[in-house]
Amino acid sequence: MLQALVALALAGLAYLAVANASEKLARQGITAGFGFLARAAGFDIGQRLIPYAAATSTYLDAFCVGLLNTLLVSGLAIGLATLIGFAVGIARLSPNWLARTLAATYVETLRNLPLLLQLLVWYVAVRVALPEAQRPAAWGGAYLSQRGLVLPRPEFFGFGSLVPLAFGAGIVGAAVWARRAARRAGAGAEPGRFAGPALALALGPPALAWLGLALAGHPVGIAWPSPGPFGPEGGLGILPEFAALLLGLSTYTAAFIAEIVRAGLNSVDRGQGEAAAALGLGRAKALRLVTIPQAMRVIVPPLTSQYLNVTKNSSLAVLIGYPDLVHVFMGTVLNQTNQAVEVVAITMAVYLTLSLGLAALMNAYDRRAAPVTR
Amino acid sequence: MTRVRETLLPPAPPPRRTGGPAGWLRTNLFSGPGNTLTTLVILAGLALLLPPVFRFLVTDAVWSGNSGEACRPEVAGRAVGACWAFVGAKINYLVYGSYPAAERWRPNLFFGLVALGTAWMLWLDAPRRGLGAVFVFLVGPLLSYGLLSGTAVLGLAPVATSLWGGILVTLVVSLVGIVASLPLGILLALGRRSELPVLRYACIGFIEFWRGVPLITVLFMANVMLPLFLPGDLTVDRLVRPLVGIALFASAYMAEVVRGGLQAVPEGQGRAALALGLTRWQAMRLVVLPQALKVVVPGIVNTLIGLFKDTTLVSIVGIADFIRVLEAARADPRWSAPTIPATAYAFAALFYLAVCFSMARYAAFIERRLAAGERGRA
Repeated sequence: MLQALVALALAGLAYLAVANASEKLARQGITAGFGFLARAAGFDIGQRLIPYAAATSTYLDAFCVGLLNTLLVSGLAIGLATLIGFAVGIARLSPNWLARTLAATYVETLRNLPLLLQLLVWYVAVRVALPEAQRPAAWGGAYLSQRGLVLPRPEFFGFGSLVPLAFGAGIVGAAVWARRAARRAGAGAEPGRFAGPALALALGPPALAWLGLALAGHPVGIAWPSPGPFGPEGGLGILPEFAALLLGLSTYTAAFIAEIVRAGLNSVDRGQGEAAAALGLGRAKALRLVTIPQAMRVIVPPLTSQYLNVTKNSSLAVLIGYPDLVHVFMGTVLNQTNQAVEVVAITMAVYLTLSLGLAALMNAYDRRAAPVTR
Repeated sequence: MTRVRETLLPPAPPPRRTGGPAGWLRTNLFSGPGNTLTTLVILAGLALLLPPVFRFLVTDAVWSGNSGEACRPEVAGRAVGACWAFVGAKINYLVYGSYPAAERWRPNLFFGLVALGTAWMLWLDAPRRGLGAVFVFLVGPLLSYGLLSGTAVLGLAPVATSLWGGILVTLVVSLVGIVASLPLGILLALGRRSELPVLRYACIGFIEFWRGVPLITVLFMANVMLPLFLPGDLTVDRLVRPLVGIALFASAYMAEVVRGGLQAVPEGQGRAALALGLTRWQAMRLVVLPQALKVVVPGIVNTLIGLFKDTTLVSIVGIADFIRVLEAARADPRWSAPTIPATAYAFAALFYLAVCFSMARYAAFIERRLAAGERGRA
């Protein structure tokens, strides 16, 4: 009875909302539907990983550019935040009082400041301290200024495209080899043992390809940037918006990851570390071989939810103008087309898919990593 | 034949002292070569970093002045650090926004009400906490609304929400989020544990939806879609739109915290209450919920810290909260000087740090108190 009432109420609410929305949209002369995605976008985007031109590209292309930018900055921030977070988390349990206190100060400060404020600090206050674009700081062919960082860019086309191809093949090879080796070693084998050879398998082929091309007389070209009258020209430009977002996201998230790592390390029985020390392992080795592997089971689930937070928090890019999904799609495209319902629905669906996908992955890990009780 | 040593061995040296300042230094900073190296590296880093920060914040800072001129190095004739004169000159704008100067006693009274409600709720042994809850969740919000936006009955002139700003708006947004999300979150958590599938799946869907999307998309949605969903020419105040978004968003997170508490209450408690003849509603209200909420107070406070930090996002959709007002003040040409941005952000950082850090300390205090209670019972 109550169920029917709830269902009825929800359906009624939904009907009212839809009816009101469609009436208003009709009055504003907006046709509902996703047809607008095929129309020409007509605006430029500052950073793109796929070919995109204002005149010819569609709103769908703009969506893809924004999505890729979101994934790029999130992926890099996840890696960087994990590195910093583990370092700080381990430092919080250091025998050294100064290291401990410093790590605690880092965590308490960054956790208790809004991310938005931290992004402003990186984007405005730190950037003001950098040299002007006309007189950039130069370092080994790279230039740093208020306009961002410009790096030499290797030219991976023509014969040069062999290098990324070799890299891809190397990664696939390394993954296949690591799986096989792990299966051959049997249950309980320590995965870290395969890290070295796998890395060599992944990085060896592209290095060999690079070297081989140079010897064969088709060396990989490098586009060197040069200081121009209005700032560095050429090369691989890294937008200041991107750098600020990456740094802000990773240092902020690292504070949360540090707490997760600390809790994980604390969850491992003290006797494990003491036994490792009794066996003659140093602190670093005891951590790497005994404590951290056991702590991972506690660390991974909250860690994945932090990774998800990074992806969601990358939407703050809109504040400093980094062209991520929200900025490009929910900002510019929404303003140009007025297709509010569709744009909001698509954007939210993207984030929901990421969330639910990662949650499913985490559940799979949880099942696999559940301790074997004997 | 026995061999007996005829001379005494020299006494072994005493074990190293671990007490006293010298002993503390040895165990904590210089216990081995690696540890000593770490200590020296960190000390060197601090020696490089701390003096400039101190100089910027204190010794080189400009404490008084009427315009940005005072904070320009070429005018001051020395290195200039933080321009605290800027904060001093803008403080009313930063706290009240464009709220009419003559009516500022109203926000002040509102701050007083907030302080009263906060103290009543946070002080666990305060008298009449039930009455306090009624004040915080019912009387306070209504009174504050009447006070801030003006009511004819009380003879208060209306003040449009577009004039509100600064810390006042940050506080209003956070408080609405808190006051709306707690009851909503409890209802959602109960719904998620309901035995009725329709209700349960509706609640699960609601919670997971809000938890799966970034707050900024929620705010955009509230901004553009809320007016669409309402009938006729009903418009929503620009300040109310993000408030709705934040309340729904925060209630989903609150629901998950409360659910954790509900799961921590042994099932026997509810069954015992039913066996005593209480109705299901009474059992929930009088037996299960009080125990569940007690356990999750630290979790609730941590969610509130997140909520307080997240309110800064409303500045992106054009609400004049503290951050947006700060950015506007920073752009004032009369106060253009090289260190103005850093000064503004240092001030904002101190404000947020003070609020969030004290909330975090409070959560930790409650956690210790709960742990002590558990030990006492065992």
